[in-house]
Amino acid sequence: MAFEGLADRLQKTIQKVKGKGKVTEADVKEMTREVRLALLEADVNFKVVKDFIKRVKERAIGQEVMDSLTPGQQVIKVVKEELSDLMGGEQSKIAVANKPPTVIMMVGLQGAGKTTTTGKLANLLRKKNNRNPMLVAADVYRPAAINQLETLGKQLDMPVFSLGTEANPVDIAKQAIDKAKEEHHDYVIIDTAGRLHVDEQLMDELQNIKEVTTPDEIFLVVDSMTGQDAVNVAESFDEQLDISGVVLTKLDGDTRGGAAISIKAVTGKPIKYAGMGEKLDELEAFHPERMASRILGMGDVLSLIEKAQDNVDEKQAKELEEKMRSASFTFEDFLEQMQQVKNMGPLDELINMMPGANKMKGMKNLQVDEKQISHVEAIIQSMTKKERIDPGIMNASRKRRIAKGSGTSVSEVNRLLKQFDEMKKMMKQMTNTSKKGKKKKGLMNFPFM
Amino acid sequence: MSFFQKLKDKISKQTEQVSDKFKDGLTKTRDSFATKMNDLVAKYRKVDEDFFEELEEILISADVGVETVMELIEELEMEVKRRNIKETTEVVEVISEKLVEIYYGDAEEEVEELKLNQEGLSVILFVGVNGVGKTTTIGKLAHRLKEEGKTVMLAAGDTFRAGAIEQLDVWGERVGVEVIKHNEGSDPAAVIYDGIQAAKSRKADVLLCDTAGRLQNKVNLMNELAKVKRVISREVPDAPHEVLLVLDATTGQNAMSQAKTFSDATDVSGIVLSKLDGTAKGGIVLAIRNELSIPVKYVGLGEKVADLQPFDANSFVYGLFADIIEQQPDTNEEQ
Repeated sequence: MAFEGLADRLQKTIQKVKGKGKVTEADVKEMTREVRLALLEADVNFKVVKDFIKRVKERAIGQEVMDSLTPGQQVIKVVKEELSDLMGGEQSKIAVANKPPTVIMMVGLQGAGKTTTTGKLANLLRKKNNRNPMLVAADVYRPAAINQLETLGKQLDMPVFSLGTEANPVDIAKQAIDKAKEEHHDYVIIDTAGRLHVDEQLMDELQNIKEVTTPDEIFLVVDSMTGQDAVNVAESFDEQLDISGVVLTKLDGDTRGGAAISIKAVTGKPIKYAGMGEKLDELEAFHPERMASRILGMGDVLSLIEKAQDNVDEKQAKELEEKMRSASFTFEDFLEQMQQVKNMGPLDELINMMPGANKMKGMKNLQVDEKQISHVEAIIQSMTKKERIDPGIMNASRKRRIAKGSGTSVSEVNRLLKQFDEMKKMMKQMTNTSKKGKKKKGLMNFPFM
Repeated sequence: MSFFQKLKDKISKQTEQVSDKFKDGLTKTRDSFATKMNDLVAKYRKVDEDFFEELEEILISADVGVETVMELIEELEMEVKRRNIKETTEVVEVISEKLVEIYYGDAEEEVEELKLNQEGLSVILFVGVNGVGKTTTIGKLAHRLKEEGKTVMLAAGDTFRAGAIEQLDVWGERVGVEVIKHNEGSDPAAVIYDGIQAAKSRKADVLLCDTAGRLQNKVNLMNELAKVKRVISREVPDAPHEVLLVLDATTGQNAMSQAKTFSDATDVSGIVLSKLDGTAKGGIVLAIRNELSIPVKYVGLGEKVADLQPFDANSFVYGLFADIIEQQPDTNEEQ
């Protein structure tokens, strides 16, 4: 099946190559075959995959296996490191011209999301860098493209320069810069028309715009769902315009986004931003590490860990773990736990970041009902301290009181009690198995972490 | 008769203009693909492991998809053994045969046409992710249907994206058809409801309904789409007559996920493969047809009004292999 995570694919292989002191050639061969398939399924260009696998093989064979890892995990570690190297470090800094305005040119294929990204980037520059950008509508070809940018300008309360659809895009860009100087805008973002990289006439037009505006940044906007063709597109645009960076759009979808690797590999240019949604504030700095995980189908484990670290007090976490182990987990702890998780962000986002979560039955596209959660909170808050610590004392009249106090029903209270009981059992099981060092298949089994 | 000969005959039955258009649009696709195939054949005289490995890469580079390619290669290897094929040129022929086979499966080999109501109003709903070219496709299809003598109306159901309504409006003007629209931000189901009422009262033949692009993993947006479809079904019996999923040919493996999820929400009846005039090959449609039985009905081969053509798998594969086919002697004439 497509979209199977590498984690799942490698389970079996890892079992096979377990328990050796050194990574052998046979191990690596078996592992890299799976890695190759995973990368290809993630739309990484086949040539890039070929080089990549070669490098991994060279590095991994003969390595000593670290204490905490199995040979399989060791190979994955090499894969991840190589992948992160390939993707480069974080680079979300944007150029500043010595003499304002700084000019940014947005280029790319049709439908990649240039106009939307133009709006988002302007918003980001104003919000984060305290800049005063002007937008330029140089797409005179697509019907209503100017209109689209003007609407975005209105939403952002930002000026949009346009000369209508009859003007020449090169003239538009030139006049826009004069205007920006006059009105003291420190950034000018030029939205150009989408075009095929093989359309010579339109590529010439971009070169002309580049010549008259001498942009400080040329961003290639690429749809993260792009397949094998991403290398051709990126190579062409880079050759003809010498782009300075890439913006990857529509990353809030469920694509693996292998195009990111392909583009980085063929152009060597940094991916600077990622479009994460349709709203104008949903443009983020690009995280190569996370992208590497995503492409390999290991879930956004790093992001998850980072989020957890930000929000969970480590001491609290330790105490909690102790409680889980001794099965003295109470409703008090549960409530605390819930609030911490809530602080991390919307729950469905968190679940999506968990490796294997989108493979689990019912977890895919799971929409966590935040309302449901507040019901649960209300129920627990309506319990007395004693009830929270020892739910065993619960009787019909207590339940009725809790239901009344929380504005829910007795059956809802019952359901929560039952769920809590099951959860406790599950925790006991989980902690038991991990103590023995054996792992059962399931959500908590992250073989590569 | 050889397979290429069959293909050639089938194509020549079509009007020259159509297949030429297909060929022109696919020039870049064909060039790179066919060049690669030719190189491959020239490089490897013998059919061996290396040959198959490189073949695998060519197919993967066309976005056919790893799984499909693996299966295909496996079958090819068996076929080569069975027929005792030693020359690589012969294999190339088997490959295109298999590609067409994958596409059609057990179904009849024919061009899938739009299913329209002969009497009364037909409603066509357009769905797809952001930026694939839904609105442009609607403009082109409106032109096509109008040329066929039908009265066409458009409903501007993309009330979300800035400028989307204006974009459809421009297309309406260009093609000369009426556009039913509300303000930006209004309920798409309401716009389409109004579109249906207007189309009924003006006795239009076809109503083309635009919708906002949405990523398939946004559950609430997919629910909204399902609602739009329900409204259409309620207002016109048997409608929508077609739900067309627009796929960008540059999209990789995610296209399969798009096809699956949009089908779950709206029962997609056909695919429009857009932007096939670039270097992208859109090979994933083979797997989609094979796995989900959703046929490709049209392909977008350029930005002009007339650049929308019915899809025909034989033409598609012919386009990919045209250079190789044209090098073959015409066996019919020899007979």
